[in-house]
Amino acid sequence: MDSEPRGSHAGSSALMLGSLLALWWAVTASGLISPLFLPGPGQILGRVVDLARHGFVGASLWQHAAASLARVGLAMLFAVITAIPAGMAMGLFPRVNAALDPLIEFYRPVPPLAYLPLIVIWFGIGEVTKVILIYMAIFAPLAIATASGVRRVDPDRIRAARSLGASRDQIAWLVVFPSALPDILTGLRIALGVGWSTLVAAELVAATRGLGFMVQSASQMLVTDVVVAGILVIAFIALALELLLRRIERRFAGWTAGR
Amino acid sequence: MAVLSAKGAGVVYRSARGPVEALSPVTLDVGQGEIVIALGASGCGKSTLLNMFAGFVAPTSGQIVVDDRPVTGPGPDRAVVFQDDALMPWLSALENVAFGLRLRGMGKAERLERARALLDEVGLGAFGGHRISEMSGGMRQRVGLARALAVKPDFLLMDEPLGALDELNRERMQVLLLQVWQATGKGIFLITHSIEEALFLATELVLLSPRPGRIVRRYHPGFARRFLAGEPIRSVRSDPDFLAMREELTLAILASEEEAEAHGQ
Ligand SMILES: Nc1ncnc2c1ncn2[C@@H]1O[C@H](COP(=O)(O)OP(=O)(O)OP(=O)(O)O)[C@@H](O)[C@H]1O
Ligand SMILES: [Mg+2]
Repeated sequence: MDSEPRGSHAGSSALMLGSLLALWWAVTASGLISPLFLPGPGQILGRVVDLARHGFVGASLWQHAAASLARVGLAMLFAVITAIPAGMAMGLFPRVNAALDPLIEFYRPVPPLAYLPLIVIWFGIGEVTKVILIYMAIFAPLAIATASGVRRVDPDRIRAARSLGASRDQIAWLVVFPSALPDILTGLRIALGVGWSTLVAAELVAATRGLGFMVQSASQMLVTDVVVAGILVIAFIALALELLLRRIERRFAGWTAGR
Repeated sequence: MAVLSAKGAGVVYRSARGPVEALSPVTLDVGQGEIVIALGASGCGKSTLLNMFAGFVAPTSGQIVVDDRPVTGPGPDRAVVFQDDALMPWLSALENVAFGLRLRGMGKAERLERARALLDEVGLGAFGGHRISEMSGGMRQRVGLARALAVKPDFLLMDEPLGALDELNRERMQVLLLQVWQATGKGIFLITHSIEEALFLATELVLLSPRPGRIVRRYHPGFARRFLAGEPIRSVRSDPDFLAMREELTLAILASEEEAEAHGQ
């Protein structure tokens, strides 16, 4: 499977997407489904263009998208600089793991929207709340992936470095971290997916700007084409982030291919 | 000339099912300019002995010393070559060889130059830029050897370094190892399952009994020096002395295993 040329299945993907589009066009153009429930593809495309030009509920499409991306980006940044070291410490020192693991496993299964009200009570409905919420959603998978990557490092590799004269810090950052990097990046990819969906959901509840807010407002006003257009934009951004991280994975963890 | 010694050094591991005596107290010297080889059944404690020399495992009785200084942990005076290369796959072959120099803070240009010379020495001069995942097992072992040599150790500790290689590659690596040994005069401690390999390389060969290992025989084969003095390898390895010693060793191994079985019952 690995050696198959990339894109060799592009045909089937295109066929599936094409048929869906055709079906969508057929049921809307024939009037089978009212545009109030599902506008046609042409109308949606027009709406996306219009959103980009004129915006919706007080902000342009770019401003909505930028607001959402900034929240995720900020939370991601904080998570990277805290969850990766925390995961490293958990993987390296059983004591740290014993201290942090129960905490993480306790809150991880709770849906972020369930504790959103509590964060709102504590921090209000401003930006801080949303960033904290996404940060918490990202922290757990990233720390867990890092810790398990650290635990899987080949002990001989650490011994080799020790016998070459590596200090503790050098072992951590020149051997353990790069060894665990593929797992960390996979964790980051999963975490980003979780973060993005958490964010959009949070914006449905409490925001004055952002893609989730835009979709929610449109739905209350029954502007179905904005709802659909917003969902498509959300999906496209998620896809773009995913592809970006896969690129980063190939660049920094490509060596696992022959492992 | 430094000497790495085990002085009555033995290991009892603590495991969940109680203490496991992995190695009875062993007394053994590895001098610089010697190749000491340990031969013995699987599980008899060979790796344990090597790990003590390396400083990865502390003896639970006796001690390990270099001259008169006790060994308390691993260090670049005793570089290790592993059976499963234990290289850093995200680095190129060249950067792997330079890894130990980087740990000491040597500048990039200087360490890569030194690494290049070492890769040349192990016959991989043209492969410096290759990724480890693109290299064969034999090439990886050469990189591992060059990486160990880079830190200028007094001793090389090798745990079945050629165990995973096919016969021809194995012999090539044996020859390379002897050449490196001749050129550098390192003290080498090497573990192998192959009687022929042990006989061909060793200046001193110790036979360990089945678990818990103890030294039951010591031999001093001189075939490595004969090969280095110019005798062709085929002639060395088919020499009647070589073949006779091989038979003797085989019998000694069988005898020590039978004895262990008798004890076990
Ligand atoms: N960390 C450990 N804890 C408990 N027992 C151990 C540990 N390491 C090794 N042993 C046991 O000690 C004995 C000797 O192990 P060792 O790895 O030194 O053998 P070996 O001679 O190198 O074997 P092989 O030829 O298979 O590599 C074995 O019975 C092994 O199961
Ligand atoms: Mg072993």
